[in-house]
Amino acid sequence: MSLEAAPVEVNAQVPAKPVKADSPWRIAVRRFARNKLALAGLIIVILMFLICYIGPLLSPYNLYDYKLTDKNLAPNASHWLGTDKLGRDILLRTMLAGRISLAVGLVATIITVLVGATLGAVAGFYRGFVDTVIMRFADIFSSIPTLPILIIMGTVLSDLKVDPSNRIYFLMLMLGVLSWMGLARLVRSQILTLREQEFMLATDALGLKDNRKIFRHLLPNTIPIIIVSATLSVAGAILSESALSFLGIGVVPPTPSWGNMISAANNLIDFRKRPWLWVPPGMCILITVTAVNLIGDALRDALDPKMKK
Amino acid sequence: MLSSQVELGISIYKPGGILMRQYIIRRLLQMIPTLIGISIIVFAISAMVPGDFITAKNNPNMTAEKAEQLRHIYGLDKPEYERYFIWAGNMLKGNMGDSLQHKQPVTEVINTYVWNSFIIALATLILSWVIAVFTGVFSAKFQYSFFDRIVTLTVFLCMSLPSFFIGLLLIKLFALDWKLFPVSGMTTAGHNDAGWAYIKDVVKHMFLPTLVLTMLSTGSLTRYFRAGMLEVIRQDYIRTARAKGLKEVTVIFKHALRNALLPAITLLGFELPALFGGAMILEKVFVWPGIGQVYLESINMRDYPFMLGFTIFLSILTLLGNLLADVLYGIADPRIRLK
Repeated sequence: MSLEAAPVEVNAQVPAKPVKADSPWRIAVRRFARNKLALAGLIIVILMFLICYIGPLLSPYNLYDYKLTDKNLAPNASHWLGTDKLGRDILLRTMLAGRISLAVGLVATIITVLVGATLGAVAGFYRGFVDTVIMRFADIFSSIPTLPILIIMGTVLSDLKVDPSNRIYFLMLMLGVLSWMGLARLVRSQILTLREQEFMLATDALGLKDNRKIFRHLLPNTIPIIIVSATLSVAGAILSESALSFLGIGVVPPTPSWGNMISAANNLIDFRKRPWLWVPPGMCILITVTAVNLIGDALRDALDPKMKK
Repeated sequence: MLSSQVELGISIYKPGGILMRQYIIRRLLQMIPTLIGISIIVFAISAMVPGDFITAKNNPNMTAEKAEQLRHIYGLDKPEYERYFIWAGNMLKGNMGDSLQHKQPVTEVINTYVWNSFIIALATLILSWVIAVFTGVFSAKFQYSFFDRIVTLTVFLCMSLPSFFIGLLLIKLFALDWKLFPVSGMTTAGHNDAGWAYIKDVVKHMFLPTLVLTMLSTGSLTRYFRAGMLEVIRQDYIRTARAKGLKEVTVIFKHALRNALLPAITLLGFELPALFGGAMILEKVFVWPGIGQVYLESINMRDYPFMLGFTIFLSILTLLGNLLADVLYGIADPRIRLK
């Protein structure tokens, strides 16, 4: 009896587990989820965003209540990370600075992606003269030492007396414009192979316009490399912003950013005796950038179809 | 067929071979338009700065007439495009002009300070390669082990370091709190050591900045070696070596490492700008008298001749470094055809 029942059971189980072909995205998600370090990175980044954007709303202090009686307090029960020389809460400032630093990193990356992907796609699609011109520009831009040029441009901003609250927009633009080359090269090389494939013949037959071919049919196929490159570029932009702001030519006070909070260390007494002024923002940069890099690396593994595993 | 190809490759592309020479000359010629583009962009950005060296000095005794006179002497009163051509023409003759701030030819200022940066960069290069090779090899050998995981995490931390912050943190801990190393500078003030004592003093001052730079560059190198090693270890000739009964140490360090290292010599080309370019922010943090700090100061002081000259110098180094990397690649792997 039991012998007869067994095959029936097996047969019954087959339709219960439908053999469904996984989409590349689903495979990528599974690969990504297998990487524990990257998952930790993702959680950290999400937490960092939540803390920076929601945290200040829960804080009992605000950025403008200068309480000189409470100045330069070491971390304690009411001020978890202490206060600065104007009696402002460091935890609150670090969270508000985080908003700026994260936003600069994100927007700079969006600019990088828009410029890089468009130029790369156009160069790869049209080839010939257009390609030569764009790639020559990419060569020129990538041979200019980035940090010095950023510093020179930052100095220009200071000299032009750009309003401090507008500076972050210029900064985003600068960071974005100086880092499109890598992505442009990647996208271009992908487009060069993609445009020879048969689905492009179909778009020809349909009589589609060039911009539709590029933006609807070619670029979507390069999204995996764009995602990877963009993630790593967020990390780079946060680091560059912090370095410039530390030098006093990126985001400038009164707008707080992680980088310009660290410049408190330029004051020897604050540097020696009050590490709570500059260590927390530095740690935030380190943790955030590490987490973003971990995510980016895992995404590369997950989205790269050539991976053999 | 493969062997003949390889042979052909070696004979033609060997250093000094005809094709190699042609390739290098062609690449050098291609650099010219790139350099012109760079010089225009750099000059244009610096011309946007409203102040100049005279206003940046903030001299209270400066009258408007005197300032005009000085501007005339320095050629700052001419229109921008004219200044560009004068400057570019001089650059072509190898004359970078005089640094306004140091009152010396730019080339001389570079020569004075670049070696201070060079010793740190060289120490960093050697240290980071040695560390990266060993950790890379071991974490590839013991892939997915506990050691490998720790290395991976450390590598990511190193790649994500904000250099100035780590510099400050190390100064605070090692120099101020524990007094193990000097806080800043290159030599102890007031000491006129010579010979051995001088070297010891400099090495002590070098330690922290070199440590930070090494951390920064070891991360990606380690990943590179680990990946290269993982690829090599899986190959058949490694299995053969093991089957012959060779010791694991010999297999890894003699048979595998050689082939894993070969493509890495390309990276040496990319190190060129780092060796002579200085580390602007880190040198400022450690008050190291290197070229990076001088460069940073020249930007603050609107010392155009130096600022422009050194930027172009860095760009040339970058271009030459890329060329060197490609050439080394061709030499390291004869199957690669340089086009």
